[in-house]
Amino acid sequence: MATQAQDPSMTTKLVLAWLFVGIPLLAGVIQTLINAMKLFQ
Amino acid sequence: MSLLSFLDRERTVAGPGFSRWMVPPAALCVHLCIGQAYALSVFNLPMTKLIGISQSAPDDWKLTDLGWIFSLAMLFLGGSAAVFGRWVEEGGPRRAMFTAGCLWAGGFLLSAFGVSIHNLWLIYLGYGVIGGCALGIGYISPVSTLIKWFPDRPGMATGMAIMGFGGGAFIASPLSVWLMGKFTTATHIGVMETFIVMGLIYFCFMMVGAAIVRVPAPGWKPEGFVAPKENKLISKNDVYVYDAVKTPQFWLIWWVLCLNVTAGIGVLGQASAMSQEMFPGKITPIAAAGFVGLMSLFNMGGRFFWASTSDYIGRKNTYFVFMVLGFVLYCTVPFAGATSNVVLFVCCFLIIISMYGGGFSTVPAYLKDMFGVRYVGAIHGLLLTAWSAAGIFGPVIVNYLREYNITHGVPKAQAYNNTMYIMAGLLVIGFICNFLVRAVNERYHMKADNDTLGSPAAARG
Repeated sequence: MATQAQDPSMTTKLVLAWLFVGIPLLAGVIQTLINAMKLFQ
Repeated sequence: MSLLSFLDRERTVAGPGFSRWMVPPAALCVHLCIGQAYALSVFNLPMTKLIGISQSAPDDWKLTDLGWIFSLAMLFLGGSAAVFGRWVEEGGPRRAMFTAGCLWAGGFLLSAFGVSIHNLWLIYLGYGVIGGCALGIGYISPVSTLIKWFPDRPGMATGMAIMGFGGGAFIASPLSVWLMGKFTTATHIGVMETFIVMGLIYFCFMMVGAAIVRVPAPGWKPEGFVAPKENKLISKNDVYVYDAVKTPQFWLIWWVLCLNVTAGIGVLGQASAMSQEMFPGKITPIAAAGFVGLMSLFNMGGRFFWASTSDYIGRKNTYFVFMVLGFVLYCTVPFAGATSNVVLFVCCFLIIISMYGGGFSTVPAYLKDMFGVRYVGAIHGLLLTAWSAAGIFGPVIVNYLREYNITHGVPKAQAYNNTMYIMAGLLVIGFICNFLVRAVNERYHMKADNDTLGSPAAARG
């Protein structure tokens, strides 16, 4: 996306950075979804 | 000295080959942590039994006293965002994120000490004042940086970060419960230890954000970026932060945000009780808890969805949708109650709450359109006082109207009808305010470009 050619190690950094924030967020969302299902029981 | 220079804006300028998609995770590192504020209530009950353990002892804290912790934090969120906005803008995102991380962790640690010696004033100071300042500084810290990295999709970029603030509670709530379970024994409730561990975890998380955040080099543009066509509502000029508050546009947007948030926050806090009272026997307390969880998900998802949508339909139109659709939905809720239509009721509130979240996340891009990029973070900070005001108006309107109706003989199932119509009325006022928003008069535009931020006189030429 940058105007210069992307640093090859940047892809790894990107994956790690998104996993770092994505995993806890996803775990929290799944837990909330499980609780929310009680509305339909 | 070297640490301090590491925090400088100049040290955060991205080098060649840096991907702008590294910046949203940096922003999320901060927003996911400070979003814990929405899950503070999980500590309320355990903190009323710190002495009595199995039940509250006479010297234990009362729920009403504990409620002040959150109120103070929200008050200081708005205040610190307004006061420190310019400092955040001029010092750069890394300095602001680092400061927010230190304050947030420090607030937790001081609160832990307050719990250990059973002194509530220390918790007011720790979480309420120091943590509240961390909330304000952390909330606005990545805003202008994201807008600069994503000039083609500013709504999506800021929406992603502010979505994290909504999502922080999803992580904090189960984590807090799990940690308290680990540290609680037959003779001790593990609130203090939980505060310490959470403070340390949040500190590490926020430091990662501060380390990986970068600002674009001057003049950087994304590949293939074409500036938007001439549009009076998307300014190419910057307005100095303290000049922005002199414009009618700032106050019109302030009221638009305040009214949108007032309408949402009032029902968000009362959703569980409201759903059970409007549908007695149909919505059980367990189902109501599920409903609240679902609302939180829509609150978070709405932040991303509506802010991203605003990149395509425009900021002003997005707020028109909030006001018109919100008006229709609020007017539909009494009908759903009268016809015992739970599905319609749930759908109405899920959309309403998505627009409540969307109101928060779309406003930075709206401000950027009006006042330019340069001081958008600081102006956003000042605008967050609308949130603090709405935090008072919303619950007051819902709670007092309900009480008034019930004491005047209105059945509980219908006690919220007037409230819904009043919320719809607020959105009509919001619609008018949004309608009145025009391009900022050019006399407020900064005249000369100056790379050194913080010199309004120089910047004005």
